[in-house]
Amino acid sequence: MRCQSACAVLGFLNFTQGGLRSLLFYKMLEVLKRPVVVTTNINLNIVALTGVGLLSRLWHLSYPRAVVFDEVYYGQYISFYMNRVFFLDDSGPPFGHMLLALGGYLGGFDGNFLWNRIGAEYTSNVPVWALRLLPALAGALSVPMAYQIVVELRFSHCTAMGAALLLLIENALVTQSRLMLLESPLIFFNLLAVLSYLKFFNCQKHRPFSLPWWFWLMLTGVACACAVGIKYMGIFTYLLVLGVAAVHAWHLIGDQTLSNVLVLYHLLARAVALLVTPVTLYLLFFYIHLTLLCRSGPHDQIMSSAFQASLEGGLARITQGQPLEVAFGSQVTLRNIFGKPLPCWLHSHQNTYPIIYENGRGSSHQQQVTCYPFKDVNNWWVVKDPGRHQLVVSNPPRPVRHGDVVQLVHGMTTRFLNTHDVAAPLSSHAQEVSCYVDYNISVPAQNLWRLDIVNRQSDRDTWKTILSAVRFVHLNTSAVLKLSGAHLPDWGFRQLEVVGEKLSRGHHESMAWNVEEHRYGTSQEQRDRELELHAPTQVDVSRNLSFMARFSELQWRMLTLRGEDAEHKYSSTPLEWVTLDTSIAYWLHPRTSAQIHLVGNIVIWASASLATATYVLLFLWYLLRRRRDVHDLPEDVWLHWVLAGTLCTGGWALNYLPFFLMEKTLFLYHYLPALAFQLLLLPLVLQHVYDHLCRSRVQRHLFSTLVVAWYSVACHVSNKLRPLTYGDSSLTPGELLALRWRDSWDILIRKS
Amino acid sequence: MLCASGRLLAARTATSLPAPPRGRGPALRCPRRELHFPGNPDPPSWDCLAGRLTRASASPHRRVILRRGRMPPAVGRGLAGSELRLRRSRCGPRAAGRDVAIQAAARSPKRPAPGSWRFEVAGRRAMLALVTLLSFATRFHRLDQPRHICWDETHFGKMGSYYINRTFFFDVHPPLGKVSSVMLIGLAGYLSGYDGTFLFQKPGDKYEHHSYMGMRGFCAFLGSWLVPFAFLIVLDLSNSLPAALLTAALLTFDTGCLTLSQYILLDPILMFFIMAAMLSMVKYRSCANRPFSAPWWSWLSLTGISLACALGVKFVGLFIILQVGLNTIADLWHLFGDLSLSLVTVGKHLMARVLCLIILPLVLYMAIFAVHIMVLNKSGPGDGFFSSAFQARLSGNNLHNASIPEHLAYGSVITVKNLRMAIGYLHSHRHLYPEGIGARQQQVTTYLHKDYNNLWIIKKHNTNSDPLDPSFPVEFVRHGDIIRLEHKETSRNLHSHYHEAPLTRKHYQVTGYGTNGTGDSNDFWRIEVVNRKFGNRIKVLRSRIRLIHLVTGCVLGSSGKVLPKWGWEQLEVTCTPYLKQTLNSIWNVEDHINPKLPNISLDVLQPSFPEILLESHMVMIRGNNGLKPKDNDFTSKPWHWPINYQGLRFSGANDTDFRVYLLGNPVVWWLNLVSIALYLLLGSIIVVAMQRGAQLPTKVEGLTRVLLQGGGQVLLGWMLHYFPFFLMGRILYFHHYFPAMLFSSMLTGILWDTLLRLCAWGPASSSLARAVHAVGILSLLLGAAYSFYLFHPLAYGMVGPLAQDPRSPMAGLRWLESWEF
Repeated sequence: MRCQSACAVLGFLNFTQGGLRSLLFYKMLEVLKRPVVVTTNINLNIVALTGVGLLSRLWHLSYPRAVVFDEVYYGQYISFYMNRVFFLDDSGPPFGHMLLALGGYLGGFDGNFLWNRIGAEYTSNVPVWALRLLPALAGALSVPMAYQIVVELRFSHCTAMGAALLLLIENALVTQSRLMLLESPLIFFNLLAVLSYLKFFNCQKHRPFSLPWWFWLMLTGVACACAVGIKYMGIFTYLLVLGVAAVHAWHLIGDQTLSNVLVLYHLLARAVALLVTPVTLYLLFFYIHLTLLCRSGPHDQIMSSAFQASLEGGLARITQGQPLEVAFGSQVTLRNIFGKPLPCWLHSHQNTYPIIYENGRGSSHQQQVTCYPFKDVNNWWVVKDPGRHQLVVSNPPRPVRHGDVVQLVHGMTTRFLNTHDVAAPLSSHAQEVSCYVDYNISVPAQNLWRLDIVNRQSDRDTWKTILSAVRFVHLNTSAVLKLSGAHLPDWGFRQLEVVGEKLSRGHHESMAWNVEEHRYGTSQEQRDRELELHAPTQVDVSRNLSFMARFSELQWRMLTLRGEDAEHKYSSTPLEWVTLDTSIAYWLHPRTSAQIHLVGNIVIWASASLATATYVLLFLWYLLRRRRDVHDLPEDVWLHWVLAGTLCTGGWALNYLPFFLMEKTLFLYHYLPALAFQLLLLPLVLQHVYDHLCRSRVQRHLFSTLVVAWYSVACHVSNKLRPLTYGDSSLTPGELLALRWRDSWDILIRKS
Repeated sequence: MLCASGRLLAARTATSLPAPPRGRGPALRCPRRELHFPGNPDPPSWDCLAGRLTRASASPHRRVILRRGRMPPAVGRGLAGSELRLRRSRCGPRAAGRDVAIQAAARSPKRPAPGSWRFEVAGRRAMLALVTLLSFATRFHRLDQPRHICWDETHFGKMGSYYINRTFFFDVHPPLGKVSSVMLIGLAGYLSGYDGTFLFQKPGDKYEHHSYMGMRGFCAFLGSWLVPFAFLIVLDLSNSLPAALLTAALLTFDTGCLTLSQYILLDPILMFFIMAAMLSMVKYRSCANRPFSAPWWSWLSLTGISLACALGVKFVGLFIILQVGLNTIADLWHLFGDLSLSLVTVGKHLMARVLCLIILPLVLYMAIFAVHIMVLNKSGPGDGFFSSAFQARLSGNNLHNASIPEHLAYGSVITVKNLRMAIGYLHSHRHLYPEGIGARQQQVTTYLHKDYNNLWIIKKHNTNSDPLDPSFPVEFVRHGDIIRLEHKETSRNLHSHYHEAPLTRKHYQVTGYGTNGTGDSNDFWRIEVVNRKFGNRIKVLRSRIRLIHLVTGCVLGSSGKVLPKWGWEQLEVTCTPYLKQTLNSIWNVEDHINPKLPNISLDVLQPSFPEILLESHMVMIRGNNGLKPKDNDFTSKPWHWPINYQGLRFSGANDTDFRVYLLGNPVVWWLNLVSIALYLLLGSIIVVAMQRGAQLPTKVEGLTRVLLQGGGQVLLGWMLHYFPFFLMGRILYFHHYFPAMLFSSMLTGILWDTLLRLCAWGPASSSLARAVHAVGILSLLLGAAYSFYLFHPLAYGMVGPLAQDPRSPMAGLRWLESWEF
């Protein structure tokens, strides 16, 4: 108790200063009579915590002037932003990347740096300090925020100080905040969402629909959107807040002192703030992202032709001004829409299928048809009307419509696309697709294809460049032209296999193709046509995709892009996080053994886990006893205890347990958001034990002493690990070995 | 009697709403009914915004009154009492019908004379008999058609044969051991004179003279019980005969359920046990007012038994276990909160459930498994998937009753097996890695089957002399030694170097190198035993070893990825630079041949039963996870299922074939789909209204209780059997939806019956109300029957032109383009 009052005395000093207060009309006169007096409370605790928070995170921020660990990954995206080049990153939505890029923009970064390896020295044009500033600020501000959350949970100021100080000295959090990484902004917005919801909730009792009530409610939604926008992981906190808000809203519905209309207003306000706002903001992030990145870049290939055409340079340069409607006699390249395993174009070349495959099966020995992942003159096909002989476009052009029967003629070899009842080279259940060569052995040509526009509006739709997804259905066998996804062996130059799928079980994107490059053919002679095919297409009209179309495509690709399952030296499993059985070496000084190492304060981690377990056990104990009508805690204490537990333990569990189900490569830093919630819980449990479980004065004194001792140990450990956190001092191999408290920590020790 | 009535009341409250116990000032303490959550500890008072909303002090009273209104004590005290008395005898088989009848009478718009319950009971029994008969008739009609293997019959029929021949097999397909069911199929086949000689090679093969009707009949028999089970469940949940009839009709007339029940598949068996578990759970919960009575015990233990069997059939059985588990927890929670029960009584309840729902199923499950293990004691095609110790117990396996030298010595010929399940033996063959994939040297892979190419000779790294020369003394290999592994067939050394591995780009390639055992320093490996001290000998089979490449420091492992055609689809072997200990990089020595050493018997290796259990499950789970769909193939997605988007071809595709197509009856399925949406809408309206304190008339309140509790129960079942599939990475099929479909049909029955009663209740006079209700139910029944008449060729088979053709019997019925018939 003494401690609490001391904190309070220290905490609240009143200042009177000039400032602002909104005044109504008739009060204007009074203003003239009386001086403007505005009272502000400044909680010195918060000021002090912000100060030390900033100090710990910003101190020597631009050291080391070298690429540290994942900076190599995020850095390249910052450069893309600076150069406004389009990229696709499946690790998370763009808001986090944009935040980092904002730092670069403010620091005047020109994007010219090659992010190729960890440890590379930054050149002088890289504003390291500015780039690392935003994450560091987010990390620093999390400290006073933790304080406020605990206060809003109606625990004592002393406890609140405890929570903030734990966040302050936790080595892993410090390390992670001081670099160009996204975890500290994520934690910041997670905590902000919880804090503003609590503020809103505490307003609810006394002043619903007041200005602060609206402010905090909207801020909750905004913070949730930002958290989700930084990493998909933020969705867990969003769900937590939504869940708590839903339960509270349910109580509101049950409150029969409110009129129905008022309840409806309450629900609507929550729906707007917690559902509509986040969705809108999320879309806004993508809007800014797509507006910023308007130039074509290295990841274009993954996107559809239409998307590529909307970027400056790249495909847009080629496709601009192509005729829109494909006509009989058009020259086209056909791109597979599914594009997996590789984006590719329908292709053929002089070589034929081997007469006998390795496994003894035979082939038709006709010309190979494949799917080729590079642009090539052999990707050109001419759309021919079976009834005419000409390979040029008539005047006026006769557009091809859904349901028309066409022949596809390979531009360079003038052979017809054909399929027949011969097993395909690799997918033996499907038909082989070839360009027909007449060997005069009673294998007739079967080269008629019916055009089936998948995304047609009406049954008389015309075939449009880029926009139409079409299927080619073989007239004789009703097989569908399909990319099987298999790589042909050496005789097929490792290009992708194309087959006629006969047993088509429903539509799949690998059967759909779209025209990418297109021009009206004008030369009837083969020699002229070859020249024509070699020439680039050039005309000029631009085709714009709506934002929603671009957004949904980008989002879908981000979610479904499957990178190679990268094994990593420092990857770990969720179980190793709680016990801190793993660590990550972030950076090593090129000459000395100064190094940055992501490793947590082991005392804090252990006691936080212990506190979580204690909380759960105590909670269950109380709950069971209450069910038997034994009330150990007064009602309001119990409610606060439950709310605190739901937010902190729930936050921890939601941010931690889903990782057990994930199959991607995981690292220790994925645990940090969960840890932040756990650190909030720890002092709460301590205070609860002090208030309710220590019965006599002696016990309380003893407990306080123990807590102080424990905190000193935590500080000591934190200080011991400081060289690894800041990487500023070089330790001798002996000292480093002494720091290797667990065998699994890979602390780097230089030989000699 | 007094005590008993107290308990009765308690049990009653436990099943419905938790009312405050009597005699303890119930009204004022009034624990709030909602989920307790912080916040709103006091009712808010709105003085700041709108003064008029400041709450009246009378509110506690009001709440009590409302609560009463919901609990019907005022009017219903007497009624509730009588209900209780009747309920008490409800479990007793003799009185069951009577109570049900009276309850139903209380609900039905017009209360019949008290004596008519006899008539009601008779009617119900007659209906049950009729429904059962109809179900059996539809399932057994044309069961022998077609006379060839359909779809997955090839799988399960084959396994049935394995059982009859007692050959050990590994089945990737089932997750948790469909042991019991395949055993049942096997047994059925055995009893009906099937001799296990038919090969079950591929769909379409003719059965000829082999007797297959026993196995099909067995599946159809179990499948037929689904309908009466659903009937009884709905009857118990809703106390309404029309609802039960409607459910039974939906299921009887669903072509999908019918088709699935007619073939040698696991699904009818699985669904039988799922429904049996559900039925017995519902029954035992309706006995809750007479705990520890004989029917209570029997239903409880039946629940446990059905659960064990359901899980024994397929992984999907887990979902019904989850449902029963959730129900049990809720049940216990209510009992625990009932202060009139002593803690000892609550403890008894808990123990009874632990006994019947955990221990009994576990014992049963293990017993089934033990039988499986005992029956299959011959070596078969699945051996290689299992560990060395496991194989030692299969007769015919080379490890069975084998005796081999215990300690590894130089010169021994060995096979090296990866410790991760289903990876196999270290293997090499004369083929080289193709051009462009690392160095063009001899391939090293892992191979699941036993083969002479799995043999390696262990040699010292620095001498090439033959250690088997009798003049040399025996020298044992010790932990930490530098060794060389020479492939026996090709005399090349196990080798690694700084080239990237063919599939896992971050690892190094492993090859066979050198001629006649002479290679270079990249052939040297340090052999280490996990968790042992340096200098110890290495034990065959029992030592877990790692091979560390001396030059690069990487560890020999298998990535588990399948190599392309050039590697014969064997698994990739790599040398991983990440020194983490995973099972992929740990090996053991299996075969060991060294004439200079004495052999010891391997009986010590016999694994204990729990080990066998664990290992077979691990292998099955792994196998199941391995069933991944390929990128460029069309696969069935969970969202296709409820809308009946696409069926499965059971037999035949062309117009000359005998075609059977597994597809739900679209009328039934779409009705189910609409019902779920309608239920959610109606349910949420009612719940919100109740939370707002709306006072419902007694009759409506009874209906809403049925809707919320009975309907909620089956809705939970539907969700538990459907949504988890969205999370599954393995390849999915249409027939996975059928357990969920059963629940969804039950929901439809309950919903429409209640909805029609609600509609009829509103404005009309009682005779009109009954007419509306009767007409509604009847039209639904007839609709289902007529659609079955239209679609029955799907299930019973059709020949002739496809549906596009106007001459086809199915012409005009292809309502979705995606249906293929």
